[in-house]
Amino acid sequence: MTSTPFILAQSSGGFFRNRSGETDSCVENNGFCPSWIVHHIDRYVSPFWQHLFLVVVSVAIGFAIAFALALVAHRRRWLVSPITQVTGVLYTIPSLSAFFILLPITGRGSTTAIIALTAYTLLILFRNIVDGLDGVPEESRDAGRGMGFTAQQLLWKVELPLALPTIMAGLRIAATTTVGLAALATYAGAGGLGDQMASQKEFISNVAVGGALCVLMAVGLDAILLLAQRLLTPWARARTV
Amino acid sequence: MTLAVLGQLGDAIDFIFDKREGPGGAQVGGDQLLPLLREHLLITIVAVAIATAIALPIGTWLGHSKRGSFLVVSITNAGRAVPSLGVVFLFFAVLGAGFFNITLALILLAIPPILLNAYAGVRSVDPEAVDAATGMGFTGSQVLRKVELPLALPLIFGGIKTSTVNVIATATLGPEAGVVTLGDPIINPSSYGDAGRLGAAILVALLAILAEVGLSAVQRRLTPQGVKLSGQAAPRRRLLAISRRRIAPTS
Repeated sequence: MTSTPFILAQSSGGFFRNRSGETDSCVENNGFCPSWIVHHIDRYVSPFWQHLFLVVVSVAIGFAIAFALALVAHRRRWLVSPITQVTGVLYTIPSLSAFFILLPITGRGSTTAIIALTAYTLLILFRNIVDGLDGVPEESRDAGRGMGFTAQQLLWKVELPLALPTIMAGLRIAATTTVGLAALATYAGAGGLGDQMASQKEFISNVAVGGALCVLMAVGLDAILLLAQRLLTPWARARTV
Repeated sequence: MTLAVLGQLGDAIDFIFDKREGPGGAQVGGDQLLPLLREHLLITIVAVAIATAIALPIGTWLGHSKRGSFLVVSITNAGRAVPSLGVVFLFFAVLGAGFFNITLALILLAIPPILLNAYAGVRSVDPEAVDAATGMGFTGSQVLRKVELPLALPLIFGGIKTSTVNVIATATLGPEAGVVTLGDPIINPSSYGDAGRLGAAILVALLAILAEVGLSAVQRRLTPQGVKLSGQAAPRRRLLAISRRRIAPTS
């Protein structure tokens, strides 16, 4: 193990030298090297955006599909169980397997990764949207009907706003888990931070930065969604004050 | 194009059932997959068993004493945000290749769901049931063993199930740290060929689904008769914050 960084340093043409040209002993000892990280942070920028792209697209498509399924199942209750079972199977299939099962059909690249990640989010999102709609108090529905709302108006003006906290909770879980799974997209040839980590998996600083950026992205997305939820549900804030 | 896909699928299934000479010259596929399967199952069982031994007592104790909700939620969120690939690589980078090292990474990944479900399971036990037991003169540990644990069992087992499925998925990365699991044809396709890679991907998916279905069946048998009779009433009485965060497919 101790000789690995040396071999790598030769093969990557002085990669383990920092920009001042001196050999970094921390890097040679394969340690956690803040100065190396600061000097090489630019190589993580493009994988970071690639990673974010995979996550946002997958969760957005997953949400659109789950939302449509949930609305259909909301009116036709008997559909909830079969949809849960099918999305449950998609949720259970490991992403890594899904990438390679899709490979003969969609080839290497972000399409494959996005399909697999989207499939993974469906159960989480579908279940939370259905749970959210189920949790709407019957009194609120009655009040809406009393105001002369049609079924459509009732859904958009009463049921969905009241279901929003549960729906957002589902979105937050889906987003954070997808950030972690998108690291595996490197095996599907879709790039992302996983790609950067895998390129020098023996080098502690590299893996640590890649992993830390994933965590940062997950926390950031979670915070944005939480903020969106607070802005979308002003009445909830009024109640707690 | 459809025919080509079907052809590859057929080839992959053939790889699973019959051994052949791989691109590297060695015999691969068929019964040659058995050692890989064995390693995959062994690493899964060891990791889940150790994770359970660590997380279950802590989770039930915290749930019983109604403390540490912040801690449990934080660990769960952290477990969700940290990429499994990062953990496996980091353990490999720090500790080097080896069965023990990757098992350690898998244990770490398996702990959060078990901890959360054990905590949420015990917390969600009907307080009236606990009151009744206390009224009958049960001590704290008796309440835990005879009332809370049996009622929490389905959720506790749900956490173990979630972790098992996750670990089966992540053990596929074993070859990245020198442990030859079923992920080997996926990670190192040069010695197995494309059929081997697809075949192994199908096998890992089947293994995960099998674990999910099988453990769900066990979970249903573990549910106390009384909880079954009262329908869904009992599991629905979860601690609000926890139930909304928990997506572990426990039902």
